[in-house]
Amino acid sequence: MITKSQPGLHIRALTHRYTVNPVLEHIELDLTPGTVLALVGPSGCGKTTLLHLCAGLLTPREGRIDNGFTRPACVFQQPRLLPWKNAQDNIALGLKAQGIPTQQRRERATNLGQRIGLDQEDLGKLPRQLSGGMQSRVALARALVLDPDLLLLDEPFSALDIGLKEELYRLMLDQQRGRGMAVLMITHDLMEAVRLSDAILVMAPEPGRIVHRFEIAQPPQTRDEPFVYHTTARLLSHPTVRESFGLAPSYPEQSGSARTSP
Amino acid sequence: MRLLRDWLAGIPAYLWSGWGAIASLLLFLALWEWGSIHYGELILSDPRSTFARLVELMQQGTAWPELATTAKRALIGFALAIAAGSFLGMLAGLSMTASMMSRPIITVLIGTPPIAWLVLALLWFGAGDGTPVFTVFVAALPIVFIGAMQGTRTLDGQLHDMASTFRLPATMRFTDVYLPHLLSYLFPAWITALGISWKVVIMAELLATADGVGAALAVSRSHLDTTSTLAWIAAIVGLLLAVEYLLLEPIKRELESWRDTA
Repeated sequence: MITKSQPGLHIRALTHRYTVNPVLEHIELDLTPGTVLALVGPSGCGKTTLLHLCAGLLTPREGRIDNGFTRPACVFQQPRLLPWKNAQDNIALGLKAQGIPTQQRRERATNLGQRIGLDQEDLGKLPRQLSGGMQSRVALARALVLDPDLLLLDEPFSALDIGLKEELYRLMLDQQRGRGMAVLMITHDLMEAVRLSDAILVMAPEPGRIVHRFEIAQPPQTRDEPFVYHTTARLLSHPTVRESFGLAPSYPEQSGSARTSP
Repeated sequence: MRLLRDWLAGIPAYLWSGWGAIASLLLFLALWEWGSIHYGELILSDPRSTFARLVELMQQGTAWPELATTAKRALIGFALAIAAGSFLGMLAGLSMTASMMSRPIITVLIGTPPIAWLVLALLWFGAGDGTPVFTVFVAALPIVFIGAMQGTRTLDGQLHDMASTFRLPATMRFTDVYLPHLLSYLFPAWITALGISWKVVIMAELLATADGVGAALAVSRSHLDTTSTLAWIAAIVGLLLAVEYLLLEPIKRELESWRDTA
């Protein structure tokens, strides 16, 4: 059941199954306007299913999703651009769906495209003529141009190199702060989660469930490298988090001791 | 409109790229001439007298009406085949079961020789327009059907999800997301079907009707008039080449320009 009521996204007692075994069990989650929430966890823990449920691509069977956001937008793991449209028209796709006139939507697409590092020439190119990083920018711009109040991100940065990641992080945070947008992001990169989010939910597989909640009070734009490294290490030292990722418990006396097997 | 403009703009470059094709055609004419010298006029007339005869036939006014009759029959059968084949193929492509069930039927249709259909058509429709039109329809239908079915089956589910999250209205989903992909499968199938229609109509006319190019071929054969036979063949092949390379091929290139060909 999806209902619209108070602002924010509120999930209560959500259980989802494709066949018999649940992929998600008893998920409880609150996302308020203007905050960034990261979902981390090993592969197969149901992160993407949860995101698809929030995006309305799947219908919840058990439990409730109260989605008070009115203008959600998605960025997927793959750019998912229309190969027959140039970058500009791809960015403007959601605006076209809203019935905004051609001239106006091209202008908005161009403005945002330029802010996000795509010049006039890039905007005229077809997706196959753009590099992977450029395609990711187009996909992000296609979501941001809608001025969403909720941005759903499914590991959109996972295939990018470090420099480009940093740049897109900055872009996303700028946009997020400027608009008071809420972000629900999936990642398996803990550092990425620590860098960007206000709270991290750690998920464990079989069945997919939330096992740990980790809050970060310091504002994202003031987090420097040492902070990110230390916080990630702190998060990773938590026994529940280690267990969910299938890591061995961290006992200091064991580290570094090499053993030869008979 | 844009398609028409791009088509006109593309013609000079396209024609220029045709020099290679013209060179190989001229080589073929040389071989023809050599064959004619070697085997004698009765077996194989030389190209010059063949084209002279064709010009003669046109000046007498006998060529155009026959060509028009043949073209009319071929195009009616072709039009029926692309309408029915595209529609049914897309319908079958929507369901896995329908696709699997229609496969063997299509194999039977493709495997049945057109001459067998022609005999049946003669029994059903007698000697008239119905026989060549039906034969063309049955010969071209499975090709179009397969193209439409493949196009529908290979629609990208990821783009479908993307279209859902960006709330594309149904008409826009069809024109912006599905149609360009479908056309890239349909159009090549239509071109192949046109070639088949053009060949099959001549065969049908040869055996079933008193007018059209096929009937004219039957007459020249009975007079042992090799020159006229070759003149008619040159006319039909020339017409098909002109339609395919001046009209259809440039449109096809335009429709598929987004594909990764570079």
